[in-house]
Amino acid sequence: MGRFISRRLFHLVFILIGVSILVFLMLRLIPGDPAHLLVGELASPQDVARIREKFGLDRSYPYQYYVYMKNLFRGDMGTSIRSGVPVSEEIAVRFLATVELSVAAMLISSLVGIMAGVISSVRKYSLFDYASMLLALAGISMPIFWLGLMLMYLFSVKWGILPMMGRFTMGFDPHTVTGLVILDSLLKGDLALFTNSLKHLILPAFTLATIPMAIIARMTRSSMLEVLSKDYIRTARAKGLAYRTVIIRHALKNAFLPVVTVIGLNFGLLLGGAVLTETIFSWPGLGRYVVDSLLARDYPAVQGCILLFAVIMVVVNLAVDVIYFYLDPRLRTDGKG
Amino acid sequence: MEKVEVFSELKKNKTAMVGLFLISTLVIVAVLGPLIAPYHPLTPDPLNRLKPPSRSHPFGTDSLGRDILSRVIFGSRISILIGLIAVSLSLVPGTILGLVAGFYGRKVDEPIMRFMDILLAFPAILLAIFITAILGPSLLNTMIAVGIVYIPHYARIVRSTVLSLKEQLFVQAVRSLGGSNLRIIVRHIFPNTVPPIIVYATLGMGTAVLQAAALGFLGLGAQPPTPEWGAMLSEGRQYIQNAPHVAAFPGIAIFVLVLGFNLFGDGLRDILDPSLR
Repeated sequence: MGRFISRRLFHLVFILIGVSILVFLMLRLIPGDPAHLLVGELASPQDVARIREKFGLDRSYPYQYYVYMKNLFRGDMGTSIRSGVPVSEEIAVRFLATVELSVAAMLISSLVGIMAGVISSVRKYSLFDYASMLLALAGISMPIFWLGLMLMYLFSVKWGILPMMGRFTMGFDPHTVTGLVILDSLLKGDLALFTNSLKHLILPAFTLATIPMAIIARMTRSSMLEVLSKDYIRTARAKGLAYRTVIIRHALKNAFLPVVTVIGLNFGLLLGGAVLTETIFSWPGLGRYVVDSLLARDYPAVQGCILLFAVIMVVVNLAVDVIYFYLDPRLRTDGKG
Repeated sequence: MEKVEVFSELKKNKTAMVGLFLISTLVIVAVLGPLIAPYHPLTPDPLNRLKPPSRSHPFGTDSLGRDILSRVIFGSRISILIGLIAVSLSLVPGTILGLVAGFYGRKVDEPIMRFMDILLAFPAILLAIFITAILGPSLLNTMIAVGIVYIPHYARIVRSTVLSLKEQLFVQAVRSLGGSNLRIIVRHIFPNTVPPIIVYATLGMGTAVLQAAALGFLGLGAQPPTPEWGAMLSEGRQYIQNAPHVAAFPGIAIFVLVLGFNLFGDGLRDILDPSLR
């Protein structure tokens, strides 16, 4: 186990260094000088030169990369060229908004997806099975930015049940404790803000959850069907165990392995989907921030965001590997790590 | 599996047939575009702005009074083309890299696959956005960006197929008869990697169309006045409160095309490569 994890950690470090170099180089390939962008078209060459010097843009690429990495290890991601605020601060605020949205979406997709998959497999070829698998197929084929807009039209514009955009209605005090508005409002006992922010979360979270939900449902169903055909399930039933016990204790537990992998691997989809969902619902998260920063050629901001996205992806993949290793005893006996 | 066998199996597979029907319908619409579109997709009609669906405009009109049905019809040409080109752009290099990495092993395999791992560490849409930002927003660059993003997926699939094939007896036999590496790769290994590639490429068409539409939606893809579905949706976003039809129809079109590829790909997978399930 130790060897397995250390090898994966080495791999993780390697990938992250690769990602940081790639992002660094790709950003410098973008046409347009960020210094020009910052001081505007009419600025004098002296002003542009001053900005270039201030942000180290006049130095060689290897040196710029060296300085970037050195600062990164100190927790300094540089200063946003647009706002002049440290990138780490800008990211921290928005990151929590994205976490709130992604976690909600992940909960919805896992709960609904697993439940639909289990029921479909138990009632194979029933109306529920056909309907849920058809919906799942529709789910993975749907552009989520379209679904988001349609939900917004129905629930906000037409029926007026849910708010259209944002994280909470202007005028509320978000009581920053953890940075997660829903959690903070609960901690402070502010029921009005809790209800308000929960209502704001429903549409974006559901939109973001659609694709992972569909994938999880399909995966759970096929994994359950495979397990349900195994001899030990028949044995468990023959022993006289209740059907429910067999499904939950015996089948689901074993069918869970591929599902865990799928949930983990879908985290990338969630992060990617967050870019679109946040744009539609004006959710003040990292996804929207990274697109805006990229369009404004705010190098340090983009570099920080993308590196953070990559860290999350790689760490989640590592976690999936470790959970897999832990859950599947065969890997521990057969594989030498 | 013989070609004839695949076709007869396909005919029996309802999922694949529904998918094929959806794809063929849209391909026919795309081919016949100028003949069946009731209006020119770019001609504005200021007197008929944001009109809801009616007899003269079945899908309504957009903010410039252009007929949305005609724009959706012309958009099908663009989306199908994007899918085809983007998939080819990831399939060809991905297959070559996978073949080389899998066949030559360690010294070549390590650098290629580690680079693929680095590309896979980015969420797909983010990498596509990133590449489009570098290349500049345009339809061609959208295809290139989406193409690059999915290269690692093909490389991985092909590599794993090659790894299992390499050790098989028929490959050893050709080698002992003096077959060169190139001959073994091209004549004996490559043909066996085709079925999984076909399955993945069909499903990949759907993904490519979705990703390209997403880039269009973010304003990084086709530029106005091109009737690209994602860009049309993006325009519709501004009028969602009083003219939801502007966003609704291009979205339905994307959905139908992607659904077609997913259904057909699912069916093909059942027939050609059940191990991918």
